[in-house]
Amino acid sequence: MFRAALRVSVSGARSLTRARPQYTASVAARSYSHGKQETDEEFDARWVTYFSKPDIDAWELRKGMNTLIGYDLVPEPKILEAALKACRRLDDLASAIRILEAVKNKAGPHKEIYPYVIQELLPTLSELGIPTPEELGIDKA
Amino acid sequence: MLLSRRGLAAFSSSSVKMASHGHGDVTEQGDMSVPMYWDRLDTPLPDKPYQDTLSDADKSLKQKEKGPWNHLSKEEKLALYRMTFKESFAEMKKPTGEWKTVVGGIFFFIGFTGLVVLWQRYYVYPPHPRTLDDEWKAKQVKRMLDMRMNPVEGFSAKWDYEKGQWK
Repeated sequence: MFRAALRVSVSGARSLTRARPQYTASVAARSYSHGKQETDEEFDARWVTYFSKPDIDAWELRKGMNTLIGYDLVPEPKILEAALKACRRLDDLASAIRILEAVKNKAGPHKEIYPYVIQELLPTLSELGIPTPEELGIDKA
Repeated sequence: MLLSRRGLAAFSSSSVKMASHGHGDVTEQGDMSVPMYWDRLDTPLPDKPYQDTLSDADKSLKQKEKGPWNHLSKEEKLALYRMTFKESFAEMKKPTGEWKTVVGGIFFFIGFTGLVVLWQRYYVYPPHPRTLDDEWKAKQVKRMLDMRMNPVEGFSAKWDYEKGQWK
């Protein structure tokens, strides 16, 4: 009887371990004290893939951009390039310009970030014909 | 906490807007059960474009947007932006000068309070106590010195009894 009770308790403990929920580290920018931390490259790659979807729809573009802007970072030029190309696939020039405005706003007091990003995006901007907010004069109120 | 709820509302496409204004501008806000437009720094792409009804000229411009954007003039690009968005980021961030109203209001109400206090002085205060008259206070000091109050280190110690003056 004692041995049977022991067997039951051991199996009980094992099933408890099995039932423990697994946390995946694939969710962005969450800080867990355990589990794998997503690297910057993985984060960038994930977002580039998101915006590079060939048949991305307008809602997904909006959701992606609004989420990305919600993070405490300025997106890498390669992510923005993918987003701008998504705007092109959706025939949405206004959103492309809006994205550039949002990036400048995200940089906040760090005034050297936005010119760098524009410089990196220049090939894409001229290829797609996207004007910068400065070119249109909407960077001044 | 409130800020994160507003953020969540922005992310959901179900458009229950966290109304920051009250009942005054119902006509402007319209139907809150459909996707709404708003200018927010943290939501660069709102749920719907700003202009719903496009004129024929706008519609033809939208058609032209489907082609290469390099073929659009700067004015056309600006027109497309303004069709989709109401205020640019710069316009959203423009200082309002509200602080002048606030500071002015503060000074105004402090001044008003000053007038209230002044009125109180003449209409509310009880009659002036005679113990605060200079004459009474002089006699009081003389009495304290005559009584030799605190003669070692305090009050009377500071009076020179020979010369009849303060030390």
